[in-house]
Amino acid sequence: MRNLSLSTLGPLAALILLVILGAWLNENFYSAGNITNVLARSAFIGMIAVGMTFVITSGGLDLSVGSMAAFIAGMMILAMNAMLPRLGVGIPLVLAGMGVALGVGLLAGLGNGLLITRARIEPFIVTLGTMGIFRSLVTWIADGGTLSLDFGTREFYRPVYYGGLFGIAWPIIVFAIIAVLGEVAMRHTRFGRYCEAIGSNDKVARYSAVKVERVQLWTYVILGLLVGLATILYVPRLGSASGSTGLLWELEAIAAVIIGGTALKGGYGRVWGTVVGVLILSLIDNILNLADLVSPYLNGAIQGVIIVLAVVLQRGKSSAEGR
Amino acid sequence: MTAILALHDIRKSFGPIEILHGIDFALHPGEVHALIGENGAGKSTIMKILGGFLAASSGQVLFEGKPATYRSGAEAEAQGIVVIHQEFNLAADLTVSQNIWLGREMGGWLLDHKAMRVATQALLDQLECRVSPDARIRDLPVSDRQMVEIAKALSRNARVLIMDEPSAVLTGHEVEVLFRQIDRLRAQGVALLYTSHRLDEVAHLADRVTVLRDGAVVRQAMRGEMTEDGMATAMVGRDLKDIFPPRRSDFGPVVLEVRDFAVPPLVSGIGFALRKGEVLGISGLVGSGRTELAEGLVGLRRHSGTVLRNGAETTIRSVAGAAEQGLAYLTEDRKERGLLLAKTLRENLTLSTLDRFGSPLVSREAEEKALTQAISDFDIRAPKRDMAVGNLSGGNQQKVLLAKTMLAQPEVIIIDEPTRGIDIGTKSQIYHFIDRLAREGRSVIVISSDMPEILGLSDRVLVMRQGRMAGVLDGAEITETAVVRLVMGTTEKAIENA
Ligand SMILES: Nc1ncnc2c1ncn2[C@@H]1O[C@H](COP(=O)(O)OP(=O)(O)OP(=O)(O)O)[C@@H](O)[C@H]1O
Ligand SMILES: [Mg+2]
Repeated sequence: MRNLSLSTLGPLAALILLVILGAWLNENFYSAGNITNVLARSAFIGMIAVGMTFVITSGGLDLSVGSMAAFIAGMMILAMNAMLPRLGVGIPLVLAGMGVALGVGLLAGLGNGLLITRARIEPFIVTLGTMGIFRSLVTWIADGGTLSLDFGTREFYRPVYYGGLFGIAWPIIVFAIIAVLGEVAMRHTRFGRYCEAIGSNDKVARYSAVKVERVQLWTYVILGLLVGLATILYVPRLGSASGSTGLLWELEAIAAVIIGGTALKGGYGRVWGTVVGVLILSLIDNILNLADLVSPYLNGAIQGVIIVLAVVLQRGKSSAEGR
Repeated sequence: MTAILALHDIRKSFGPIEILHGIDFALHPGEVHALIGENGAGKSTIMKILGGFLAASSGQVLFEGKPATYRSGAEAEAQGIVVIHQEFNLAADLTVSQNIWLGREMGGWLLDHKAMRVATQALLDQLECRVSPDARIRDLPVSDRQMVEIAKALSRNARVLIMDEPSAVLTGHEVEVLFRQIDRLRAQGVALLYTSHRLDEVAHLADRVTVLRDGAVVRQAMRGEMTEDGMATAMVGRDLKDIFPPRRSDFGPVVLEVRDFAVPPLVSGIGFALRKGEVLGISGLVGSGRTELAEGLVGLRRHSGTVLRNGAETTIRSVAGAAEQGLAYLTEDRKERGLLLAKTLRENLTLSTLDRFGSPLVSREAEEKALTQAISDFDIRAPKRDMAVGNLSGGNQQKVLLAKTMLAQPEVIIIDEPTRGIDIGTKSQIYHFIDRLAREGRSVIVISSDMPEILGLSDRVLVMRQGRMAGVLDGAEITETAVVRLVMGTTEKAIENA
């Protein structure tokens, strides 16, 4: 590795510290149940954050992912309930629901991407707009209440969240696969290299025969698909969706990306850093809940401090490069 | 005469690598001192140390005989030491006027925009520069940005003025204006330090010349003690013969033909045919539309007209489309459009041809091999292989850009200012490289503001004036007078040659 500097190792060191701290504060910390709990909770934000890493690396931003998750969950539940009489409870119904979730995610990402690359509107503005649109649509469809899966379907679908392979929960497995694929895509494929190039200087990329708009569009589409995937794994947990599903997920995902060492202005992306960032955020939450040292209400404050620290570390790095 | 600013036994290292090995050097009031040397010799580094932008690793900087007290560029400037950097130091989103007065804005609580604009206009008039004080730097061509840099430096009332290759991006007329300003400052007793890879400029301007090679001073001479050839030999460390390759003679069929080509709003009515194995030079003043024409041809700008590639009509809408047609363009703006300055040599080199390095996974090994090849082919001098391109010396950045463009093995190559900021030894290498390309059966269009380059390289010369073709010169017709006449518009040469 070539950049073994403080800013690269910082997040990893913080993660290790948190693990040690957690074990020291509570003996239950290392129990299989708790570890599964932490990892499974990380998985949803984690998948989204991996997609967000590509968006941010190529100089974009997506504020709509939390609302998008709520919207996808709502559409998925509506579709599954509607198809229930024809398909009956069973694998076809669940697969159809998953197809709807991925399809809606793809369309939502495509919509964001097209507005940004074709209509040339700032990503911040576009996704601020769609953030409001998606969330108010779910609230409207649910008429201010909750959309629930039919009881039988819910029971059948439950294992997708609670079940697993060799004792590892499905969300964790899927998250791990996405993280590895993301890391490989960022480090070793053209797509990842192009994202970094566009984020560093999109003019240079354009002059270098890179199809800038297409790559940017793909980052939003992939993010949409990953939000769809996260929703597929999230819905069986509660079996319902409402106007407050996925609230503030966008901020947690962006925070994880930044803590992981990806530059907010684009140009440098670290998928494994993002994974570390996600784990840090959910560990803080977990430790505060396990140990009654500090009130869990201070969770947000501690996460805030970590985010600011991460950015300070990044700046230390870039000014060293500028010299 | 005592020195106003001097270096004594200065050493400078970046990490473990020592770049400057004990430099002794002095600037005197009322004197132009030229610093020359190959790419990467350390000229810019010396200038940054003099200007307070870099700290030396050891040795002394003496200002008026006493150890210098400034510790940053801003502090040095407050004491009258002003630097015009090789890489522009302008804020791209601010206007010309805002840039010139940055940090020293006029007015009290509220800015006095009018006064600043008037003062800016006066400075620009002095430089015969027709840029509006309210133009955004981002929208200006590089030559105008350079003139703004010069205007900014002039506004500083310098006692020491340090200029790092100010003429590299300027054309004949602008260089004359610059020289007049230098003469004026010299007469006022300002100490001037100047670098350029154009040795005729050095011979014309300098009262004293210091030659640098690999971070050490190898020669110092007063005006008239060293010829241009002597300078080149001292810089490179060997005799330089035959800067330009011999001319080629047999050309193949037409590979690229352009009819009634226009790039609105400036360029229109362009028509020419480029043959296999030919070098077509494009000459003209800055602002005559040469870059616009090239960018139109490779699909970077909206254009109209007919383009025939090997006789078949094509439409090129993007650089990627141009690449498919075997057309490549090397930009004149390497910092903003050519290179990712924060990325490594490898990442820059392969960016436009990444699809040839494996799919779906990019082969790091193949990339490293290509880099090794490029470093030797283009004689890229990088202290470290995995460093950021932005830390290379200016000339070496240009070589990376060349290597990157050539990696696509284009059949038609449009090179905008191929040797900007390149030392004379490497220049000659690049000329022979262009010649080799032509002899291998590729076709090259060279856009250049460097007259000897146009004359020495081209089989034909197309001259542009105010967005139109002023004429085409062929073979023996290519003389300096003929080109200059067309450039300035003193006579119309028949366009039938095209
Ligand atoms: N920040 C840095 N880190 C590492 N190496 C550096 C850095 N800055 C400069 N160098 C190296 O120092 C050497 C001298 O560079 P410098 O820019 O002074 O050359 P130069 O004489 O101005 O060349 P040119 O004619 O190409 O502008 C080069 O080899 C360059 O790569
Ligand atoms: Mg230099």
